Amino acid sequence: MPTFVRTEKCDGCKGQDKTACMYICPHDLMMLDKDGSATGHAMKAWNQEPEQCWECYSCVKICPQNAIEVRHYADIVPLGGSVQPLRGSDSIMWTIKFRNGTLKRFKFPIRTTSEGSIDPYGGKPMPKVAELDKPGVFTKDVMGGYRAGKADELIRVK
Amino acid sequence: MAGTFDKPEIVEEDLDILLIGGGMACCGTAYEMMRWAEAVKAETGTELKIKLVDKAAMDRSGAVAQGLSAINTYIGPEQDPADYARMVSNDLMGITRDDLAYDLGRNVDDSVHLFEEWGLPIWKTDAEGVRHDGAESQREGLPALKDGGKPVRSGKWQIMINGESYKWIVAEAAKKALGLDRIQERVFIVKLVNDKNDPSRIAGAVGFSVRDNKIYVYKAKAVMLAAGGCVNLFRPRSVGEGAGRAWYPVWNAGSTYAMAAEAGAELTMMENRFVPARFKDGYGPVGAWFLLFKAQATNAYGENYMTKNKEMLNDYPPYGQAAVPASCLRNHLMLKEMKEGRGPIYMDTVTALAKLRETLTPKEVKHLEAEAWEDFLDMCIGQCGIWVGENIEPEKKMSELMPTEPYLLGSHSGCCGIWVSGPTDLGAPTTEELPGVPEHLPKGWNWGYRSMTTVKGLFTAGDGVGASGHKFSSGSHTEGRLASKAMIKYALDNKDWKVELDTDPAQLAEEIYKPVRNFLEHKDYTTAIDINPNYITPKMLQMRLQKIMDEYVAGVATYYNTNDKMLAVAEEKLEMLKEDAAKMRAKDLHELLRAWENYHRILTAEAHMKHIQFREESRYPGFYYRTDKNFVDEENWHCFVNSVYDKQSKKWTCFKRKHVDLVDKSKLFKAAAH
Repeated sequence: MPTFVRTEKCDGCKGQDKTACMYICPHDLMMLDKDGSATGHAMKAWNQEPEQCWECYSCVKICPQNAIEVRHYADIVPLGGSVQPLRGSDSIMWTIKFRNGTLKRFKFPIRTTSEGSIDPYGGKPMPKVAELDKPGVFTKDVMGGYRAGKADELIRVK
Repeated sequence: MAGTFDKPEIVEEDLDILLIGGGMACCGTAYEMMRWAEAVKAETGTELKIKLVDKAAMDRSGAVAQGLSAINTYIGPEQDPADYARMVSNDLMGITRDDLAYDLGRNVDDSVHLFEEWGLPIWKTDAEGVRHDGAESQREGLPALKDGGKPVRSGKWQIMINGESYKWIVAEAAKKALGLDRIQERVFIVKLVNDKNDPSRIAGAVGFSVRDNKIYVYKAKAVMLAAGGCVNLFRPRSVGEGAGRAWYPVWNAGSTYAMAAEAGAELTMMENRFVPARFKDGYGPVGAWFLLFKAQATNAYGENYMTKNKEMLNDYPPYGQAAVPASCLRNHLMLKEMKEGRGPIYMDTVTALAKLRETLTPKEVKHLEAEAWEDFLDMCIGQCGIWVGENIEPEKKMSELMPTEPYLLGSHSGCCGIWVSGPTDLGAPTTEELPGVPEHLPKGWNWGYRSMTTVKGLFTAGDGVGASGHKFSSGSHTEGRLASKAMIKYALDNKDWKVELDTDPAQLAEEIYKPVRNFLEHKDYTTAIDINPNYITPKMLQMRLQKIMDEYVAGVATYYNTNDKMLAVAEEKLEMLKEDAAKMRAKDLHELLRAWENYHRILTAEAHMKHIQFREESRYPGFYYRTDKNFVDEENWHCFVNSVYDKQSKKWTCFKRKHVDLVDKSKLFKAAAH
């Protein structure tokens, strides 16, 4: 099972052309059961291949209804714990519940710029085609990351 | 006209450049490439047609999908690319390409600085030596890395980040650079196609949509193949639901190696594998525990096996004498304890945290606890699942460590992959001194275009580039960037070449949908959909592969031991498995995806087996042992083992290439070197 979808919370992302979990799952596990023929729950999402789930939480984090949770690998993990995130625009909040009831909460930053704000070439040089042969990347002179290295380290270069 | 399951629509597209994959390497390729493409357009008026095709969604595809808690390759202003090349060489038992590692080392920090600019929070150390997370350090006004900010090192080459959204951020930059029209998600490329008029040249690639009944046939002059490493080719330690909890991402199916091999590209070091020693079952990272929290790993009786068994390192000169022994040798010392019955192996988190608490304020202790959990939550949430299920609080209860099932990759602590053209300014050889290299292959280490394979127009990066390793996320991105310049140049140099596929699109479509045909043709022969003498399910085929590899090719079942006799058995079994792969069934598009992934796994596994068979020594003790040749043989095997595959005869040819040092390795073995 690894990820599972809460029946009463999932709305099948009705408003969109595809469900968020289907869109994001890196391993093509999440499915929308349009007519209920696969699960008995029409217009709900489900994990079609639990033994291939990496528990990467991509679907859990993206679900607009917070309908997806994880029941950790049954062939390994005792029941009763849970690890559940709430991912915001600049941070993620984790609620961690142990089998014995111990509860922990953590909040970590996830990005320092707003989503969608990246200007990939803003303030970056426009290279010249003639420089294609030269070593290094086009931002070499502006990003301060080029490490020239000591020439005498290269023992075969005369 | 929309296709149907038995009659898929064929979509053809003519491109100049095709990028296969959407992980760090392809994101780096796309970012660098689109700027140069813009320059080409501005200067010459030529608009290159470029497309990226990903089997998943770029926001969360590739090995960084889940996030990461560290960037493992950041050189910094105080270290030399030569030091980096030495470390790579040492960890991979001396046989790596210094030209590739050095070139990556001198360029990689550029990408890291871009990541920070794009919004990736990178931990910093302030003037008092106190560490701040990536957001706090910005609020406190600590400078960016680019402006002299001090990262928090969790090792000589690693820096800590708040990396839950690492891939999301890097993908955003790549997607913006490309524009949505140049991105095709949810299409799985399964085959490269060579040129009709020049079989040594690439002409394109074909795949299918996992969402609609469509086959995609792309023609391209230059192709970037960066589709990750190979996972689940060995039987995993957990065979139920936990099979998904692979250490490396379970969707890495060996597509890079298999497709390159079938196109005729020379592979290198396919005998290499990585067997990470990680927290048991969840495979959570250990780096921060060792390096940041200073924890020790011990046997069940509290003995530090690295100290206790250190004499064993003397069996492998000079590698055993390095200040930091290679990853495989550390496994070798751990395995002795396990084999002799002194397991389980533990990470002593309790003592480590108690020691740290002695000197810390309560606030700092709370911070430390959060750091320890974040290390998992950023990149391996499944490990937290195990800790909560087993009531493991690291300050109260130690956690087991375990070496995993083997993985094949070229970007982490592994070096299998494809043989590529390197930089020309580092003194790399231009001749080949060892006999036996097939005539049609290049002689030296560079043949015109950086990162081009031995197939004209076919490039690779990240897990695809062999004989290097330790690139990790940032290095894979950088390697994509270095390749993209050469790809643009190649596309321009060959702009008048008329690409022609060597196989007709309709025939390619038939081959791709063969598992669907197998299913539709035979499904009504039996009453149970999964039991049918005319076809095999991808899942069973995968389990058969895993059983063969585990039992005969040095999996966990034999404590990573094999020998010439076992390999001969594996060889025969794999041949039959490869034949049966033509009988895989696909009852839907999802199963068609699995069918092709497993075909790629079989070819990758076969390459791995053939290389181990050819290399008559045990180069990586702790990762695998050939018990009939249980030694490192520097005299005869301090060389690359490379291979080519002939897709017509389905045969492999293995051969040696001479290893040459471009930086002085003797520095590794002096006490002062680290």
